[in-house]
Amino acid sequence: MRAYTEKIREIARRLLEACTVERVLGFRRGSVPMMNAPCFVKTPAEAANLVWDSNCGINLANYLTSRSEKIGIFAKGCDSRNIVTHIIENKIRREQLVIIGVPCHGMIDRHRIAAMADGEIREVVEDENNIIVQGDGFKKVHNRHDVLQANCAVCTHRNPVIYDELVADLVEEPGDVDRYRDVREIEALSAEGKWDFFDDLLHDCIRCYACRNACPLCYCPTCFVDESRPQWVGKSQDPVDVRTFHFLRAYHCAGRCTDCGACERACPVGINMRVFTKKLEKDCLEKFGWEAGLSLEARPPLDAYRPDDPDDFIR
Amino acid sequence: MGIEPGRLQFSWISSAEATKFVEVAQAVTETVKALGPNTHFVKHEAKVA
Ligand code: SF4
Ligand code: SF4
Repeated sequence: MRAYTEKIREIARRLLEACTVERVLGFRRGSVPMMNAPCFVKTPAEAANLVWDSNCGINLANYLTSRSEKIGIFAKGCDSRNIVTHIIENKIRREQLVIIGVPCHGMIDRHRIAAMADGEIREVVEDENNIIVQGDGFKKVHNRHDVLQANCAVCTHRNPVIYDELVADLVEEPGDVDRYRDVREIEALSAEGKWDFFDDLLHDCIRCYACRNACPLCYCPTCFVDESRPQWVGKSQDPVDVRTFHFLRAYHCAGRCTDCGACERACPVGINMRVFTKKLEKDCLEKFGWEAGLSLEARPPLDAYRPDDPDDFIR
Repeated sequence: MGIEPGRLQFSWISSAEATKFVEVAQAVTETVKALGPNTHFVKHEAKVA
């Protein structure tokens, strides 16, 4: 990862010195462990603040919405797919971007690592294969494959799908990954079983909207949850309101979500709301042969009509 | 999502298809009646102590 960081700084410096872009979007070290923060770098000197390691799970496409200047952006597989989605949804133009692809080795799960620690974590460092976690009076070494974010463990597009240059050689994409086992397990439940499962899943939600704010797809100027005329959904902690928020947000992401995991990562209470978006992702794949963000030419399923679109639920 | 199949139904009826509308409306009513009162997605008034 050190090699990535050096290359990233070098590329950012070069782009800013040559004035190819006005700013470069990457990550700087966060103020607490495992929380690298997205940052815009505007001068060649500031490029030295950029870093890359296994804590860059935030989706940088989120910061491109409706920007007008020329931007250099570092993009993992998932970021690149959300950049494509942003471009086809006219939220940014391809010509405005210099995309520097970062072939990805997966990001680590801060919730899981914190849960396994014996106290407050002071420092997390990593080498090629291990994540070393240290705090007051304890030290733990995890194999990085054991502590990947759940979405990264099943990711099949680690390499950027669109880029102008690369930080390193492309990585090998994992071959036979079962992406939807969790979704199938929920699908197999009875109606009542599903109801209880979701009740349980969302029980701790405090409706802080961190998941929505971290999401590159959730760029509406006024989100439906914030509207008051009409008020689509109650603003309370009532389980019905919480559930309505989550289901509706998931539907707004249908055919667009790349399972980058930004929502789950952002959640302060560790809710796996990805099961909703993943269900829709699975439906899009099975019913429309669609995976979001892979091509600038293809139109997403909700945007195109085909006479053979499945419609057997309508009578 | 936890709602019984049958409680939510979709159909596509043109304004010229009065008979289809009647059929569908009757069928929906029957299915839903058979399912009984809905207990989910119902907001109860906050209980005051
Ligand atoms: S979802 Fe894939 S591309 Fe994105 S951070 Fe995880 S492994 Fe990398
Ligand atoms: S981030 Fe977590 S707690 Fe906040 S609204 Fe989303 S699911 Fe709820």
